[in-house]
Amino acid sequence: MPTLWLVASLLLLAVAGFVVGRQRALSTAGGDAKELHSLPSYYGHNVAFTTLVPALGALAIWLLVQPMFIESRVSKMIPDEMAPDRPTLGLVMSDVRRVAEGLDIAVARGALSADDARSLRTEFTDVRGRLGEVGVALGADVRPEVLRAAQRYRVMSKTGNRMMGIVIGVLAIVGFAWSYMQTHKDFRARNVVEKGVLSLLILAASLAILTTIGIVLSMFFETINFFKLHNASDFFLGGTWAPNFRGDSELSILPLLWGTLYISFIALLVAVPVGLFAAIYLSEYANNAVRSFAKPLLEILAGIPTIVYGLFALLTVGPLLVNTFGKGGALGVEWMAGATSVLTAGVVMGIMLIPFVSSLSDDIINAVPQSMRDGSLGLGATKSETIRQVVMPAALPGIVGAILLAASRAIGETMIVVMGAGAIAKFSANPLESMTTITTRIVSQLTGDTDFASPETLVAFALGLTLFVLTLGLNVLALYIVRKYREQYE
Amino acid sequence: MNDMQFTDRAVEQKETKIAAKDVNVHYGEAHAIKDVNVEIEDKTVTAFIGPSGCGKSTFLRCLNRMNDTIDVCSVTGNILLDGEDIYDKRVDPVQLRAKVGMVFQKPNPFPKSIYDNVAYGPRIHGLAKSKAELDEIVESALRRGAIWEEVKDRLDKPGTGLSGGQQQRLCIARAVATEPEVLLMDEPCSALDPIATAQVEELIDELRERYSVVIVTHSMQQAARVSQKTAFFHLGTLVEFGHTGQIFTNPEDPRTEAYITGRIG
Amino acid sequence: MSDTSKTSLLALTPRTKARNAAEKRFRAYGIAAIAVGLMMLIVLVTNIIGKGTGAFQQTFVTLNVELLESKLDKKGNRDLDDIKKVTTFGYNPLIRGAMEAKLAEIGIETDMKGKDLEGILSKGAVGQLREYVTTNPDKIGETVEFRFLAQSRVDGYLKGRVTRESIENDKAISVEQLELVDQLVDAGVIVKTFNADFILGADASDQRPEAAGIGVAMLGSLSMMLVVLALALPIGVAASIYLEEFAPKNRLTDIIEVNISNLAAVPSIVFGILGLAVFINYMHLPTSAPLVGGLVLTLMTLPTIIISTRASLKAVPPSIRDAALGVGASKMQSVFHHVLPLAAPGILTGTIIGLAQALGETAPLLLIGMVGFIASNPPETLVDGLLAPNSAMPAQIYEWAKRADPAFYERAWGGIIILLVFLVTMNTLAVILRRRFERRW
Repeated sequence: MPTLWLVASLLLLAVAGFVVGRQRALSTAGGDAKELHSLPSYYGHNVAFTTLVPALGALAIWLLVQPMFIESRVSKMIPDEMAPDRPTLGLVMSDVRRVAEGLDIAVARGALSADDARSLRTEFTDVRGRLGEVGVALGADVRPEVLRAAQRYRVMSKTGNRMMGIVIGVLAIVGFAWSYMQTHKDFRARNVVEKGVLSLLILAASLAILTTIGIVLSMFFETINFFKLHNASDFFLGGTWAPNFRGDSELSILPLLWGTLYISFIALLVAVPVGLFAAIYLSEYANNAVRSFAKPLLEILAGIPTIVYGLFALLTVGPLLVNTFGKGGALGVEWMAGATSVLTAGVVMGIMLIPFVSSLSDDIINAVPQSMRDGSLGLGATKSETIRQVVMPAALPGIVGAILLAASRAIGETMIVVMGAGAIAKFSANPLESMTTITTRIVSQLTGDTDFASPETLVAFALGLTLFVLTLGLNVLALYIVRKYREQYE
Repeated sequence: MNDMQFTDRAVEQKETKIAAKDVNVHYGEAHAIKDVNVEIEDKTVTAFIGPSGCGKSTFLRCLNRMNDTIDVCSVTGNILLDGEDIYDKRVDPVQLRAKVGMVFQKPNPFPKSIYDNVAYGPRIHGLAKSKAELDEIVESALRRGAIWEEVKDRLDKPGTGLSGGQQQRLCIARAVATEPEVLLMDEPCSALDPIATAQVEELIDELRERYSVVIVTHSMQQAARVSQKTAFFHLGTLVEFGHTGQIFTNPEDPRTEAYITGRIG
Repeated sequence: MSDTSKTSLLALTPRTKARNAAEKRFRAYGIAAIAVGLMMLIVLVTNIIGKGTGAFQQTFVTLNVELLESKLDKKGNRDLDDIKKVTTFGYNPLIRGAMEAKLAEIGIETDMKGKDLEGILSKGAVGQLREYVTTNPDKIGETVEFRFLAQSRVDGYLKGRVTRESIENDKAISVEQLELVDQLVDAGVIVKTFNADFILGADASDQRPEAAGIGVAMLGSLSMMLVVLALALPIGVAASIYLEEFAPKNRLTDIIEVNISNLAAVPSIVFGILGLAVFINYMHLPTSAPLVGGLVLTLMTLPTIIISTRASLKAVPPSIRDAALGVGASKMQSVFHHVLPLAAPGILTGTIIGLAQALGETAPLLLIGMVGFIASNPPETLVDGLLAPNSAMPAQIYEWAKRADPAFYERAWGGIIILLVFLVTMNTLAVILRRRFERRW
């Protein structure tokens, strides 16, 4: 790990910078800290930061750019007939990387000398065999172009890494020297350091935006690639989801959307009444003892990981439902074939959402001013009349917001549907049938052997983007409603 | 404004509506009301005055058992409404509150239309047999609340859209609509501007014709303007109770005098 | 005045009775809702405990194996290379012999052939034997006592999962073998006992559920948590300090704030897609590496940490800041010297809760390849732990749940118990921290 060593030596240099910067400041002031503009440690921090921050920033950028640069240079070596389009090129390039990696390992283990690795030719050596000996398995025989590209790739990465070391090192030393020269008793070290810290804070805060941009971009480009290979109107408006490997897959989102919405609907059907009534009871009726006992217990349900709910759906609720509605079951009907179904996933997801709905509604109901309740009780209304006719209408917008948030949770939930809903994409109104959802298909299209040149894989990004837009829309709407609601009573 | 302008004071004795005997109220550890005895007359405005925290609001809330909604609050002693103990086990507070209505410090119209605000009480108590009858009740309540002329064209608009003074008169109309016998008012004008206050005070004087009105106020001028009887509370005890004119001009207890002349408060 | 004054307060009107009944019903709905919620919790917990505790016990067969020189070291020179040439296949006769000897010793007569006798043991027994011999070649020729895993059907039989009826079409075990197992249990040769290997061991192939453990996946989770802690805590705190203390009120700040609250609600699978696209496809970080998992979980946990950190910064009263500024501290000094230390317990609590969330998260791990293989080698160094392919606890549980053999289901539930023990510990710690250091201003 040359990068790791680089970072370690940068850190060491920074520590040294702190010590010498502090000492120099003190010595310019004749050893009297009162003579300094800032506290001595600020001078130390100044040197340390100036050494470390630009170097680390450059390192990060370098690590991002170098692979891109090398990739574009090396991919020019691949003849057009081998890679007629971008996706195929991507596949060839991943071969190139694997061969390069294999050569690295072979050199590291001593199976090849560094020179051999550079001059290896497919015409004379069985590269696949040689690499196989050191434990690098290659799918097919190595073509000469790929081998040459891989060798070039290795050379370029090596030079790149060496240059990176030099540039970063120089940058750090220049920063060190410059800030050391600056250090003087009248230098406003604190102001400079604080400005530096502030910009680091801003950087951290903008990471949230970077993440969002990253999410959108990472899905956006692959989605565009997908639409180049697959008809957009079929994706959005078609009625069938049937991926296959013959190249004529029907990939449309509507059946998946139907499954997603159906399951979410059932989940809300379970979670909303239970959660809402629980919230009403806890906030309006329960005394402190009951409240402090039941509320945390209910919230445990929210802290349980979704994998647990998934397992619960797959191994407990599903079989239970089959034993009730399936062949030879308690009801003597034969409505259910397998354990996975819309109902299985929906019910379990509903259980998961109960505390989500209840704690959100609890907050909302508590925000309704007490004067409203007093007004109603003072007129001789019973508690339940007050709740139904005054508190609930007043809290309605907030509760709608809470339900929308819960719906967005349900739509984006993955593990429960992966394990409990099934894999068959279809339009059906029967909740005992197995159906599939957007998230389930994302998982199945992106796990196992993925080929980023095929629409069957790329469709996952289009699905992901749709899911993102859908849940984002729901969240924004819900947060807007809740915020407006709170403002009303503030 | 003339501070000591007393309302016309008929000194004839009226029948007792509410009689409190040895009432004590505890909030958990705190002893909020100590041995209060008072007789509130029918068709009279009775004012509770006193410095803040003296227990006047607490005592008011005992009269329709609004304190029941607070867990830690306990009331002992007897409060009789027309001779019946309202803290009797057999009494349903819901039925009691229909007879003893309440108007609060801050106007608190429900987030519903003006019409529904007023119709709320009659509906839950089943006072109207038909829509026409309900319309009639709402109209007469709004008239008695002296707000009918201002809102008759916008009965379906939300009550929260009215001005503060209008909201408070709406709340009074809402309380009146359930045909109560007693109206409790907890500082009904403290959140209002002077003009709205004057309107509400005028209304209170009119309400006296039909109801027994009990008003808590920290404004002595207001008590003097609207009430016939005044009770002065201090540190949880009822210090003095009597005709308003007498309390303000010739108090018996030195504490009352100190309060009225502004030395405690 | 009105006729209502005629009615006595002491008698309930029919309408009041009806309304009170409605009140009782409404209240009952509330109680029912709470009861449903709590019942679900109870069902879930009893279900997990009922099905999972079995995984912590395992059936073992104790045999005395004579390490025959004639089979293991024909040349008799104890040369390790020669000994290693004997494949696991060559160890089968030893086990068979040991089994027969044991039966003779305790006087059980059976007409079962050697292969059926061996079938009672795990398929890994020969490997265990070979491993022992290659590390202790000097023991060849002696008789050594071994504790072998019983195969999963035998284990299931002792745990009640497998019955004589359920194995009718099962090729892996026969009724005769179960009869023999009964006799061996009576003789104390087969014992069900606590199995530390489930907690500490590695996953095993889908042929040997009896040998699978969650230990390696636990290390994978631990590595991820280290990454999350090292990145999410400093970045989250820095971002919160900026937003809460320094950020001017303008559009950009508004956008960042809305962004953070929305990121907190983005489905976790979307973060998985991000991780796949950016860290693996673009940056070519190794697939299945805990480092990548940690990075993805960091991005996921950041909003949680930022939100809770901001809440605890906000809880520090402005008077503290004013006091620091009043004695001539800079804004930065007032924040770092006074506000941050006072908010630290709250930040820590939020971080622990965020970590607990990340620990249980599964969906994004599926996309960056932390499932679908057997996590069998514990990493040896920290770098290895971060970069070598590994699984994580929830991913391992998912992996087991997907395998066809019901013996793995028990392990999946057992894995959940371990996962929940971690989560409960972390959350309890958070609650204790909050109780202990919570300051009311």
